[in-house]
Amino acid sequence: MKNEAIQINNLSVCYGQNTALSNICLSVEKGEYLGIIGPNGGGKSTLLKAIIGLVKPSSGSISIYGEPLGKRSVSIGYVPQIASMEKQFPITLWEVVLTGRLSKSIKPFFRFCKSDIEAAKEILDTLGLYNLKDRRISNLSGGEFQKMLIARALVSNPEILLLDEPTASVDASSGKQIFHLLENLNKNITIVMVTHDLFAVSSHVHTLACLNVQLVYHGKPELTDDIVHSLYGCPVDIIAHGVPHRVLRKHK
Amino acid sequence: MINAIFEYRFLQNAMLAGIVASIVCGIIGVIIVEKKLVMMSGGIAHTSYAGVGLGYFLGFEPIIGAFIFSVLAATGIYYLKKKAQARPDVSIGLFWSLGMALGIIFIALTPGYPPDLNSYLFGNILSVTRTDLYMTGGLAAFVVLAVSLFYNHWKAYLFDDEFAGVLGIKTSFLGYLLYILTAMTVVALIKVVGIILVLALLLAPSAISGLFCEKLFSRMICSIIFGIIFCIGGLWFSYAANISSGASIVIISVLCCAAAYAVRNLTVFRRKKEAKNEQLKPERS
Repeated sequence: MKNEAIQINNLSVCYGQNTALSNICLSVEKGEYLGIIGPNGGGKSTLLKAIIGLVKPSSGSISIYGEPLGKRSVSIGYVPQIASMEKQFPITLWEVVLTGRLSKSIKPFFRFCKSDIEAAKEILDTLGLYNLKDRRISNLSGGEFQKMLIARALVSNPEILLLDEPTASVDASSGKQIFHLLENLNKNITIVMVTHDLFAVSSHVHTLACLNVQLVYHGKPELTDDIVHSLYGCPVDIIAHGVPHRVLRKHK
Repeated sequence: MINAIFEYRFLQNAMLAGIVASIVCGIIGVIIVEKKLVMMSGGIAHTSYAGVGLGYFLGFEPIIGAFIFSVLAATGIYYLKKKAQARPDVSIGLFWSLGMALGIIFIALTPGYPPDLNSYLFGNILSVTRTDLYMTGGLAAFVVLAVSLFYNHWKAYLFDDEFAGVLGIKTSFLGYLLYILTAMTVVALIKVVGIILVLALLLAPSAISGLFCEKLFSRMICSIIFGIIFCIGGLWFSYAANISSGASIVIISVLCCAAAYAVRNLTVFRRKKEAKNEQLKPERS
């Protein structure tokens, strides 16, 4: 029990009449790298939002490091979907990343101290964004924007990192870079990633969860026809580009 | 007009009211444009009319009634949005009409001749009294303090309130506070441009500064400067042409805003044309 970073028990979430998640039981161990896949509307993003407390569960419970959600002392980093972000807001990359170091309590005259600035600098250096720090976010490319969101999540030194489709609007090389980065981070951080990128799932994550309102599958990152069928309702075409792991087993 | 300013108290009051109103307007205007709360502020402004009516009916200062009703409307709209998951545009529209309807009923119930409401509906900066000035000044001071004290938290909240929530920041506190600040701004502007014309003075300065200011802070400062220019320009125009001050301030703001957009679009158009010409050149040679 001690090794569980996230423990979800019988979680259900409803939006009005619609059930987004039903009876999810899932535990994520410390140091795990979990990928979540599933069709649109399958509740992937809702699950992430429930874990960070942005969405209230209709029933069931979530605990982080054994503590109930409301009282968590562990810091969680969250990387939202790019599509949901306001890109025209007048703010620079540097300012966005620094918001990750804000104090929890709303203190008057809050100023970022030296250690905040050092931490932000370090993260931007690792991500190769430091030369873009004074650029307004509306002038960033999709890949740069995505990396900025990751930097903002990481600058608070989280123990758990939740990512919502981190490679959705990113070109192949930036995507590779992001996965490489996540792999390195995973040495110290528990990662939960929602993705549509089945390639990523096959070659990076340690465990896989398939979500279509219910938890269809949870285990090793290897998909069988049955799972894909119950997830997407039809066989999915996946081309294996000579990848070390295959998403689908070979047809017999 | 310069001599007149030194001579007449009412012109001094008008100038001061214009400057103070521009300061709040610049700060909150930028925020409501970025946070897409334009209709919300319009709704709050119109709901405050009920307070003006109640003030006349019960015999207290109408602007205080306006203040109470606009704060109630602001918190009401925010509460409905968060708790009852009501569509904000619907609840805003209902508050908007309800406020006007209540105002009309209260005025009708007031015994005696109906009071002149034009200065509340369309503003009359020349009728600003010392008391009005203290009230506007107090509201402005509160708004400026509330925004500047928590500036870094505001920035994070305005850019991405979900992420601020993940950090553990109490976003509902900031949300309520922002709506209340908007209500206070609207009340501070009522005497200057009136309930119906409030939106132009809130939007035009921040729209213009949005064309060339890259940062939130510089955008606020620019908006304040534009607001002051519009207010004083409108005041001069209304004094010279002897027409309503609220209307002339609004017309100057909107004309300047339209001109700024026209200039921007012309330069963009010209740049595109140049780029096109440059592309064509090598093909010809």
